[in-house]
Amino acid sequence: MSAILLSKKERMAIPRQPMPEQPPLIRNRNFNEVNLGYDAETAVREAQRCLDCPRPTCIDGCPVSIKIPDFIRLIVARDFLGAARKIKEDNLLPSVCGRVCPQEEQCEKTCVLKGKFEPVSIGRLERFVADYERQHGQAQIAVSATRNAKKIAIVGSGPSGLACASDLVQWGYDVTIFEALHEFGGVLIYGIPEFRLPKAILKYEIENLRCMGVRFEANFIVGKTMTVDELLGPAGFVAVFLGVGAGLPWFMNIPGENLMGVYSANEFLTRVNLMRAYEFPEADTPIRIGKKVVVVGGGNTAMDAVRTAKRLGAESATIVYRRSEVEMPARIEEVHHAKEEGIIFQTLTNPVEFIADEQGWVKTARCLQMGLGEPGADGRRRPIPIQGSEFDIPADLVVMAIGNGSNPLISRTTADLQCNKWGNIIVSDKNGRTSKRGVFAGGDIVSGGATVILAMGAGRDAARSIDEFIKTNQWESDTTGDNTIV
Amino acid sequence: MPRLSSIPVNQWNRPMNLILHAEFIAPDIKKFVIDAPLIARKAQPGQFVILRVWEKGERIPITIVDGDAVNGAVTLIVQGLGKTTRQMNLLKTGDYLHDIVGPLGQATHIENFGLAVCISGGVGTAEALPIAKALKAAGNNVISIIGARQKALVICEAEMRAVCDEVFVTTDDGSYGQPGLVTDVLKTILTRERKPDFVLAVGPLPMMQGVAEMTRPFAIKTMVSLNSIMIDGTGMCGGCRATVGGKTVFVCVDGPEFDAHQVNFSEIARRQKQFSEHEKISIDILNTQPDKAQHQCRLSKVISDTSLT
Repeated sequence: MSAILLSKKERMAIPRQPMPEQPPLIRNRNFNEVNLGYDAETAVREAQRCLDCPRPTCIDGCPVSIKIPDFIRLIVARDFLGAARKIKEDNLLPSVCGRVCPQEEQCEKTCVLKGKFEPVSIGRLERFVADYERQHGQAQIAVSATRNAKKIAIVGSGPSGLACASDLVQWGYDVTIFEALHEFGGVLIYGIPEFRLPKAILKYEIENLRCMGVRFEANFIVGKTMTVDELLGPAGFVAVFLGVGAGLPWFMNIPGENLMGVYSANEFLTRVNLMRAYEFPEADTPIRIGKKVVVVGGGNTAMDAVRTAKRLGAESATIVYRRSEVEMPARIEEVHHAKEEGIIFQTLTNPVEFIADEQGWVKTARCLQMGLGEPGADGRRRPIPIQGSEFDIPADLVVMAIGNGSNPLISRTTADLQCNKWGNIIVSDKNGRTSKRGVFAGGDIVSGGATVILAMGAGRDAARSIDEFIKTNQWESDTTGDNTIV
Repeated sequence: MPRLSSIPVNQWNRPMNLILHAEFIAPDIKKFVIDAPLIARKAQPGQFVILRVWEKGERIPITIVDGDAVNGAVTLIVQGLGKTTRQMNLLKTGDYLHDIVGPLGQATHIENFGLAVCISGGVGTAEALPIAKALKAAGNNVISIIGARQKALVICEAEMRAVCDEVFVTTDDGSYGQPGLVTDVLKTILTRERKPDFVLAVGPLPMMQGVAEMTRPFAIKTMVSLNSIMIDGTGMCGGCRATVGGKTVFVCVDGPEFDAHQVNFSEIARRQKQFSEHEKISIDILNTQPDKAQHQCRLSKVISDTSLT
C-alpha cells in the first residue's frame, strides 16, 4: 500500500480529478445520467489528495457527520466495500447523496485544501463507493438481531422518511413507511430527473431497506386513508414520523397563470419523472412538448425543469430569474451543466403576465426588467422592478419553479399539531418532537424547501429522538401538564 | 420474494384491489365493486379515488359511488371515454386494479337545506346518487333530474327513485322520459311557488354551466362537482387548478365541489382539453394495437422486478 505513504507535498501535487460526463450536446438529447462517475483508478487518485488531517474539518460540513477521512482512507487502501460500510454507518443512501448533495456548500467547503487548492471531491468519492458496492455485491449492514414489537409509522417515503426508517429498523423497530403515490422515494422519484438520479439506483436503495425489514405501503394518504390519531390508536403505532415534504406549489398570482401550457414545476417534473411522460404513448401520461420553453425560478428545481424541457425537444429553453446569477439558489454544478447544454439565462427578469393565443395556449411571457436593491433578511440583494421596462419573451410552455409551501393535508386532520404561519410543523429543536405526543416531524415540512441531505439529517435526528421516547416514555409536555397522552 | 404477476400486493404479499364484481349497466358504462377496505371505511359522498390500470398507466380521478365499510368495498361507475377508462372497462370480476388511493377531496357539505335538487347528466348520476341519499337522510325534500343522451344511457334511476321524493328523466333524443335537457325540467321547477333551497349539478361542463346560469337570478345556493385533470390528487402538482371567485383553487384538495356561481367555466373547459390530441393517439393505439396498449405481459414485470435485486 505504497499509496498511503505519499508525502503531503506529493498529495497536494495531485490535481483534482474531473468528473467524466456525457458531452453536453449529446446529453441534452437524452435522459441518461450526465455524470458518469469515477473509475477505481481515478477514485484512488482523488482519494490520495486527502491530507488525512488530524482534526478533520470536513465532517463539520456534513449534516449527517459521515466519517469522511475514514472512508477516504479505505479508498486509498482499495477497500471499496469497506469504504461503503464506513459511509453507511452514518448515511444509508450514499448513492443518492453522492449525486444530489450540494457538497460545495457542505463538506467540500470546509475541506482544508479549499482556498489555496481545490477541495477533495468528497461527493464524487462517496458516489464512487456507493456505485462500486451496488455493482460488486452488497456490503453487510448491521441490523439488530433482536426485533422489538414496537411499531413506528413513517409518513412519506422521501429522504427524511427513508433516513429515519433506516436507523429505526437497524435498532430493531417494526417500521412501516406510508406513501401517498404509487412509487416510493418522494421528491427523489417525482422531482429529481433521471439524468441526475437514475431511478434504478433509487429503487435499489429502497429494495435494500425492504430487505432490512422496512415495510412499504404505497397508495396510502395519511390524513385521508387514515389519520395520525388512528395510526397512534387502533393501528397500534407507538410513534409517527411526519416527513411529508413541502408539496404545495407556489404560483405568482399573475394574469394568465392558469392558461394551457403553464405548469407548476411539480406537475411538469412529475409527469416526466414519476409518470414517464417522455415515453408517451408507450406510457399513458402525456406532456406538452414546448418549442420555446420558459422556466421561472433560479433553484435546483428550475434547473431540473429547464434541462428536462430541453431534453424533451425544446428549441429554446430559458431560465427567467428575478435576481442575478450570484443570488441563484441552484447548485453551481447544475447552473454550469445547464449552460453547457444550451440553456439561456435571462436574469434580472420577472414575468408579470402570460398572454394566450386564440386557442387559449400560452404564447408570450410578458416580463419586467429588475434591478437589485439592498440585501434583505436572507442576505441576498432584493430585486426591484424597473418601471416601464416591459418586454416579451415568446413561450409556448411555461414552468413555474418558484418554490413550494407546506401541504396542509395532515395538519388539517390532526388535532394538537402546531404549525407556524406558513404551515410548517413546529418541532422542538434537533429532536423533531412536535406539539403532539408521539408525533415527530422533519425535512421540508418543518424547514420549508431545503435539500435532500438536510432532510435526511432531520430524519436521523428524529429517529434518535423516537428511540429515546420509546425507551423513556417521556414527553416534554408530560411535566408541564399539557396532557395529550393517547 | 418475487412478485409473480402484475397482481398488486400489500406489504404482506397479499393481493390488493381485487375487483369483486364488474358489470356493464349501460353501453360503455361499467359498475365496479372493488375490495378496498381502508377507502370504504372513510369514503363520504362527493369524494373520489385516483386509480391506475397498469404499470405505465396514467392516474385518473373517479368519484366514489358507494363505500361499504362492512364489506370493505367501494363502488365505482366508469364510462369508457378516454384510453384509461376504456382500458378499465375491459377489466372483469376477479381482475385487479393496479393502484387505487383515497378517499380524496372534500366531502359534500350536507345539511337540511329544505328543498334540494340533484341534477345529473350521463355517468354523473352515479356520482349524484350518494349525495342525494345523504341529503335525504339529513331531512331534505330531494328532487332528482336525470339526463342522458338516450334511454340506454340512463343509469341509477331505480336507486334514485328509492331515495328521492320526485325523479325526472330527460333524454336528448326523447327515447325515454321527457325529451330535451335537464335544464328544461329545472326551468319548470323554478316556476313553482316553492323554490329550491339547494341545487347540485354533476355532469358535463355545459350542463353544469347551464344550471348555474339558471339558478343565478334566483340566488339559489348551487354547487357543481368539477372534474379536472389530476396527477397526485393531494395538492402537490397543481394541475387541477381552476378559478373560482377570481381565486385559483386546487380541485383535488379544495373541491371537487364549488359554488357554481363563482366558477370560471370557460377556463375549466379549455384546461380539460389540454391533452385531447394525446388522447386521440392513445385511443388509436388501443384500437389498432391492443397488445401494445394493454399490459398483460407478465413476463416483463417479473424480469423488471427481479433485476432490482
